[in-house]
Amino acid sequence: AEERIKQGFLKFKNNFWLKNPQLYEKLSAGQSPKFMIFACSDSRVCPTTILGLQPGEAFVVRNIASMIPACGEAGFPSTSAALEYGVLHLKVEHILVIGHSRCGGIKALLTTDPEKKWSDYIQDWIKISTPVHSNQNHSHDIDERCSCGEKESVNVSLSNLMTFPWIKSAVEEKKLALHGGHYSFVTGTFQYWTPGSDKVDF
Amino acid sequence: MISNLCAFILAQATIFRRNPGFYQNLAAGQHPKFMVIACSDSRVCPTTILNFRPGEAFVVRNIANMVPPPEQAGYPGTSAALEYAVRVLKVENILVIGHSRCGGIDALMTLKENTKRWRFIDNWVKIGIPARAAALEATRKNPSLQHKCRTCERTSVNGSLVNLLRFSFVKEAVSNAKLQLHGGYYNLAEGSFEYWKFGANGKSGKVLKF
Repeated sequence: AEERIKQGFLKFKNNFWLKNPQLYEKLSAGQSPKFMIFACSDSRVCPTTILGLQPGEAFVVRNIASMIPACGEAGFPSTSAALEYGVLHLKVEHILVIGHSRCGGIKALLTTDPEKKWSDYIQDWIKISTPVHSNQNHSHDIDERCSCGEKESVNVSLSNLMTFPWIKSAVEEKKLALHGGHYSFVTGTFQYWTPGSDKVDF
Repeated sequence: MISNLCAFILAQATIFRRNPGFYQNLAAGQHPKFMVIACSDSRVCPTTILNFRPGEAFVVRNIANMVPPPEQAGYPGTSAALEYAVRVLKVENILVIGHSRCGGIDALMTLKENTKRWRFIDNWVKIGIPARAAALEATRKNPSLQHKCRTCERTSVNGSLVNLLRFSFVKEAVSNAKLQLHGGYYNLAEGSFEYWKFGANGKSGKVLKF
């Protein structure tokens, strides 16, 4: 592991850091990203890779199934703190929430019994997206249900963003825009939408 | 936003078409050997700085790469990801990476009792209070705020590593040599990476600088 970490860093340093001194002089002074991105912790869906992000472009939160709890929900401080920092301190202009194919968190939400204790922490986290159940397509095919659930969970997060008063104000004053996305590494596609609009397939 | 996405899709479609076998394997499932806990800061993405390929690392990013202790009920985000990585994915390594000029650590070092600045940030960074105490102790002879912050960026990584060992499933996996803990510190101004192992006994190994 030590060697993998070392070689990985040296590759970055030689191929990028040393070749971009002006960028790093600027970044050393501070960050002013225009984007805040929520993505899943899944090893296959890093937003830097799938969106070609450069250092300094996006303030990124990664958690199980890219979930955002509502503002009033006590006990979810990590996401709320990141939102406070991203929107009020960094003054990002866009928040993008990205779901993805074959998401283990969404599959667990749709296939486990919430009344039974099967984990110490995971089930308390994924229940954030419980509203997904009422927007299900009721297909018998679990893959179809999961795919629908992955996108509906993004919509739950987008709705929860509007429960934060400072986010609601910024959106209404058009200082902040919210966006949803769904990345499929099965088909190599990206679906994009804004709240209330149709989905666009890229 | 849309023009960025269009450019990405063209690039991704090419990469996807050139590597069908690679993406087929990923579609079947993920088997990362690493879990990485890094800061949300836009300048320190671990995929970039450690050159991770899709499938290599399960990543949690939060303010100041903090891991709350298990007994702090009501902090399930990072704990849930930890449980998934260790119990389900059975990662072999957890690497916690701190970095220079961390705004979360600045907030921690300038936190004052009975003064509320931020509703959520202040409550979150309080996880690092033991790390702050360690940094203040270590910088008694040079108490400039800059030096205190730089020191706390490193003691906070160790604070997170200590908290990792307090999760029973992490402690068990480390004691059985199925899981190794590591600390890292990325200095973006200097272009350097400090690395150390973190033992089951809660002690840091020698710090290497790359």
